[in-house]
Amino acid sequence: MEFGPHLVLATLEGAVTAAVLALTAVGLSLVFGVMRVVNVAHGEFFMLGAVLAWWVTSLIGGPPALGFAAALVVAPLLVGLLAAAADMTVLKRIDYDPERTIVATIGLLYILQQVTLMTYGADARPVEPPFNTRLAIPWVTFAEGRPQLIWPWGLGTTSYKLAVIGAAAAVLAGVWLVMTRSRIGLLMRATQLDRDMALAFGIPVERIYALVFGLGAALAALAAVLIVPISQAHYLMGGDPLLLSFIVVIIGGLGSLPGTLVAAILIGLSDGIISVFFSPTLAKILATLLVALVLVFRPQGLFGLRAA
Amino acid sequence: MSGGGARSLALHGGVLALLLALHFVLPAYHHGNLARIMVLASYAIGYNILFGYTGLLSLGHALFFAAGMYGMGLAMRHAGLGPGPALAAGLAAGLAVSAAMGLLALRTAGVAFMIVTLMFAQAGYLALLYFGAWTRGDEGFVIQQAERILWGIDLSDPGNRYLAALALFALCLLATLWLVERPFGKVLVAIRENEERARMLGYNVFAYKLGAVILSGTVSAAAGAAYGLLFGYVGATFASVQYSIFPLLWVLLGGAGTVLGPLIGTLFMFYLIDLSSGVTSAYMLVAGVVLVLVTLFAPQGLAGLLRARLWRWLP
Repeated sequence: MEFGPHLVLATLEGAVTAAVLALTAVGLSLVFGVMRVVNVAHGEFFMLGAVLAWWVTSLIGGPPALGFAAALVVAPLLVGLLAAAADMTVLKRIDYDPERTIVATIGLLYILQQVTLMTYGADARPVEPPFNTRLAIPWVTFAEGRPQLIWPWGLGTTSYKLAVIGAAAAVLAGVWLVMTRSRIGLLMRATQLDRDMALAFGIPVERIYALVFGLGAALAALAAVLIVPISQAHYLMGGDPLLLSFIVVIIGGLGSLPGTLVAAILIGLSDGIISVFFSPTLAKILATLLVALVLVFRPQGLFGLRAA
Repeated sequence: MSGGGARSLALHGGVLALLLALHFVLPAYHHGNLARIMVLASYAIGYNILFGYTGLLSLGHALFFAAGMYGMGLAMRHAGLGPGPALAAGLAAGLAVSAAMGLLALRTAGVAFMIVTLMFAQAGYLALLYFGAWTRGDEGFVIQQAERILWGIDLSDPGNRYLAALALFALCLLATLWLVERPFGKVLVAIRENEERARMLGYNVFAYKLGAVILSGTVSAAAGAAYGLLFGYVGATFASVQYSIFPLLWVLLGGAGTVLGPLIGTLFMFYLIDLSSGVTSAYMLVAGVVLVLVTLFAPQGLAGLLRARLWRWLP
């Protein structure tokens, strides 16, 4: 098959990556925006989401859809509670000092990863998708002077992948609604703007922090539950989402949700396309260098307004 | 301070003499471990110059360590240099990489500096994998025994290896001891304590910080080159994030901004991980727990506790 159909395919795969990445990165961005701390353990919360999804589905059994629906609820909830507990026991005690928080969350990263290795083991395990119809993509070519529809042409996508894109979009819309329209979102934004003033107005800043940290981790876990039927659950799977979320959050402008979203789509699509046509390692080298140079020469991000 | 000078000379000289004495009495297993620890502690000393004394937290020092190691290893493997010139190539690589990194990364500060260094190191690690045809990527390559004879001394022999590691460590230790008493070292501490004030006093803060990055990077590269030469293996693992986290962990645990801290931290962590890897394959769990505990309860580290409680003069 020629270049065109492959590009369509790469774009679709990229869109799935972008959807999951957007969820993960928005979680990281939310934590940075409100709390002004960088959570290096974010990738491990993603990994825990996937591992818990495997655990819940294999515990429940029955039809795949039932277990998967349970995992969609249970995994983000448990991960969110764990993150909130970590916030209250560790981050609160070091007073959210930016540099010490990074060191502490590096420690947290190894604790979560290695405890998973000890309990869940080193195997990659699959989770059955709730539905998985193969969909062939139509393609139009020009032959003998008139357009011809080629369908099916061998390659295609699955209904589940399209559902992942839809679900991610729905969740992101929900996050946006909560942040802009609800009372709790108002409290979060007030804390983000001026922590001391928020405290003076009687906003329970410490509880808001725990909530935001838990919510950020839960978003990562949710993204992982969505992707785990496509990839697999493995204890080292947190590295790539962490790196990519970092890239997205920095390019989008630290703490800016719309910028994060735009950057996630950009990075997800280009990562998918570059990885299909070139080497995935090369794609990552370029992306990491881009991030470093953006931080050096344009610290407010490509779309953001505010410096880090 | 004058009394402190004599006491600190006695203390650090005593530590070096103890390490020399251990050469004759330690059983083979611990003898080999301690040689490794001294090279890694030299790496930690390099890290400490930047983190402990200048107050810049880098998450990308594996890049410097690997620059030294690969600068040495690739010069041997592809240019056919002997160990002496290859070591010099490793140092030169460390110098060049740290100067480039410093010039770019020092335009940022705080959290952004940490992320920029992390990203550069990650790009370097991925580049080592990408150019696997020359670097042999993850698999790495072995430096043959015949190529490890420096000035007629066979460095693959455990006894010689221990003494070479001790020589490197002593050099790094005495250099830091000397540095922190010099005006250059004092200015670095002034920048750590209050950068704005140092600038107001008329110091060119950027130049001092750049000097610290280059010095720290070159010492780290020296440790990396020595590690490759002494233990005969060069691999991309040494460029991974883990090897950027390790020196941070060692220095934090031992005591940031103390001359002996890096050795204490490396010694403790090495044996902690050595013991726990006998019990479980998840030995990095120990590293994570220690990082969290040190951040929570002992941000000044073990040597820092000593300084606060017992020996006020500890440099």
